[in-house]
Amino acid sequence: MKSYLSPEYIVERDQDRCIRCEVCINQCTYETHYYDEEDDIVHSRNENCTNCQRCVVFCPTQAITIRKNPNYYRENANWTQEAITAVKKQAETGGIILTGMGCDKPHLTYWDRLLLNASQVTNPSIDPLREPMELRTYLGAKPDRLEMETEEGSIVLKTKLAPQLSLEAPILFSAISYGSTSIRVHESLARAASEFGTLFNTGEGGLDRRLYKYGGRTIVQVASGRFGVHPEYLDIGAAVEIKIGQGAKPGIGGHLPGEKVSEEISKTRMIPTGTDALSPAPQHDIYSIEDLRQLICALKEATNYTKPVFVKIAAVHNSAAIASGMVRAGADVIALDGVRGGTGAAPRIIRDNVGIPIELAIASVDQRLREEGIRNNASIIAAGGIKSSAEVVKAIALGADAVYIATAALVAMGCTVCQKCYTGKCPWGIATNDPWISKRINPDIASKRLVNLLRGWSLEIKEMIGGMGINAIESLRGNRLHLRGVGLTDTELRILGVTMAGD
Amino acid sequence: MKDLSRVNNPYGDDKIIDACSLFGMMNLSGIRFSSRDPVKAIANMHDRGNGLGGGFAVYGLYPEYKDYYAFHIMYMSREAKEKTEKLLNESFDVIFHEELPTKEADVRDPPLVWRYFVQPGRSKPKSQSEDDYVVKNVMRINTEMGKAFVFSSGKDMGVFKGVGFPEDVAEYFCLKEYLGYMWICHGRFPTNTPGWWGGAHPFNILDWTVAHNGELSSYGINRRYLEMYGYKCTMQTDTEVLAYAFDLLMRRQGLPIEVVSRILAPPLWTEIDATRPKQRHFLTTIRQTYGSLLMNGPFSVIVAHQGEMIGLTDRIKLRPLSAGVRGDFFYLSSEEAAMRLVSPVLGKAWSPRGGEAVVGRLESRRVLEVLA
Repeated sequence: MKSYLSPEYIVERDQDRCIRCEVCINQCTYETHYYDEEDDIVHSRNENCTNCQRCVVFCPTQAITIRKNPNYYRENANWTQEAITAVKKQAETGGIILTGMGCDKPHLTYWDRLLLNASQVTNPSIDPLREPMELRTYLGAKPDRLEMETEEGSIVLKTKLAPQLSLEAPILFSAISYGSTSIRVHESLARAASEFGTLFNTGEGGLDRRLYKYGGRTIVQVASGRFGVHPEYLDIGAAVEIKIGQGAKPGIGGHLPGEKVSEEISKTRMIPTGTDALSPAPQHDIYSIEDLRQLICALKEATNYTKPVFVKIAAVHNSAAIASGMVRAGADVIALDGVRGGTGAAPRIIRDNVGIPIELAIASVDQRLREEGIRNNASIIAAGGIKSSAEVVKAIALGADAVYIATAALVAMGCTVCQKCYTGKCPWGIATNDPWISKRINPDIASKRLVNLLRGWSLEIKEMIGGMGINAIESLRGNRLHLRGVGLTDTELRILGVTMAGD
Repeated sequence: MKDLSRVNNPYGDDKIIDACSLFGMMNLSGIRFSSRDPVKAIANMHDRGNGLGGGFAVYGLYPEYKDYYAFHIMYMSREAKEKTEKLLNESFDVIFHEELPTKEADVRDPPLVWRYFVQPGRSKPKSQSEDDYVVKNVMRINTEMGKAFVFSSGKDMGVFKGVGFPEDVAEYFCLKEYLGYMWICHGRFPTNTPGWWGGAHPFNILDWTVAHNGELSSYGINRRYLEMYGYKCTMQTDTEVLAYAFDLLMRRQGLPIEVVSRILAPPLWTEIDATRPKQRHFLTTIRQTYGSLLMNGPFSVIVAHQGEMIGLTDRIKLRPLSAGVRGDFFYLSSEEAAMRLVSPVLGKAWSPRGGEAVVGRLESRRVLEVLA
């Protein structure tokens, strides 16, 4: 069938600059560039280009420019280029349109409509360059009160706290599964988490044994497919996360195609080489809140009550009620993944249309848990497209204990958010486990870049909270008085629990 | 008294000194003394206030009624008084009541203030403690009666406060007529909330009193944490959360001040990490559990209840506090000068470090420094 689609991008090559070194040809995993020996010229197949910018960055003479294809359909606010292209694509393939990364639509971001406070006159701002500024965060269930008694004149604690996780900043690396990425990505995340003092999350594909030495800084995930879940895996982690849902694809499962299940992946995931790894939409032993309670208890029993158990859900309409149930079911940490959360592969229609913005979910969940008097019983982690330190600060002020970042971590490693992760041919070596391509991630360099990102954000967070006159992150958590809204309706302000700027 | 209105700058644009003043004076043997020294001391810090609030809490005030809860209640309307008295008569046995004696003074729009000596009546549920019953009714008066507000509700103590400089408020309420073994005084420079009589310090619930200088950057979360424990923050002021925090931790949870001071003004993590394992575990657990009650931002506070006076500042000491002892007298003051004015010779005078509580106790007759 002749395709009626036109290329999204045009590759322009300055022939005066091009030295025919063929770097672009080697770097592009989509075979966009090719060398014509007869004419001694490098050409491009525009239709293959995803605008990942790999060739642009690596071209030694800066000869390449990628442009959006100026050939547009007639302008139409309703039948946009994207809408027409999608219909044509499906008419040609009869399939679901896949995509990668988080929702790319502009209309669901509240971060930009929340502004932060700073101290003036009545209350000194604190200078983090000269004064202590504390970001250390502990995740886990806290009691409502501590019991103490006096023994021989000194005060002795009677209450024993549930297991706690210590973070040097309220930022963790979110789940990225082994299989969708290579061991090099996992190693980079694990090393960065260990060096900085935070945690990384294995995602649903298990943990390669070579990375067990980073277990103390690892959250091991238990998802619907139960890939790679065995006693040693549970024992090695600092915490166990039950994955119910993911912000990019609430309500649906996952699918790692057989061609990605190599020898290594097969060993870790505990499935035969070359077979599809299908994660069911629900966990088939969890059809209700009481089932969740059983799994939480089973995992706590299995790990001898030494680790916090997380439960991660996609932020959906009644997240607040669900979260309350999760806390009552025994979750020590609840992770909320908003509509802009990333993915290695999801149907585009799901990614862009299902779920709610994380800002609203944090606000309503935190408020609901407080109204029920159970907020102390669990920590909240917010996830879903968090892309700057300001968004971290806003998430914590709304009520989160910490945030998960994954897309931002991948961007730090090289990702340009081209949204083609599902092809498994990521030219940056990230969303792939092809041995040749994944070599592009050097854990020495990638972990350094990740640590730098965490460090940079931490410094910025310290500046922001210092400006508010706060020198410990716990005084920001749930402190919505340091937020003001702009351009929001009364209902939005009510749900966010913030007042209008100027008020 | 010295003419405090005299200024050197003829243009009247002197720098506004933004602060409140605190002064606390306690006789550790429980011997009652007059308002003379406390009023003189707080008046000496006149410039730390702006005339929008002054107040006093006096302990050992009503020995003849010491078994009854003494309610000082202000009314902004006759109707509120009728409604409140109806509630009081329904919920309590009122032993004695009268209007607080006042005299002409330089205060702004004084409301009606009455005192009642009461004991919980038959409507108190058996399962509820007397204290909890009183707290519940005080919250009802403050939130449901409209224009009524309870200044204080403890036994053998009372709060006198209003809009004016503290020395004028003292004159208005005829404080010369009273004796007490402990006086907590406050001069106010409101920045967050409009000056109104109920909003002046000290704040009180049962026999717990808080006088505070500062502004809490952590107010938003302190308040939301306390709301989970049933406190309603109605006063639009951060002092209220300090008062409720003390009530929750000391009265309801029974934690000693040594622990409470480390909840409100905990050591830094680097300091905690450097302590011995047992102490590290202790301090870490406290901070993990009560992080939402860390009072962040500048404050110095005097907290008092029957037999105990406590001074505490934020952990990096962004507001001043001095302490002094002379014989049986224990002083806490925003400025050392005010202490020296009433007691030129002090046995000991010092500036407590940030986050370190100073505690004077009646029964032990000594001053305790809680060192980190």
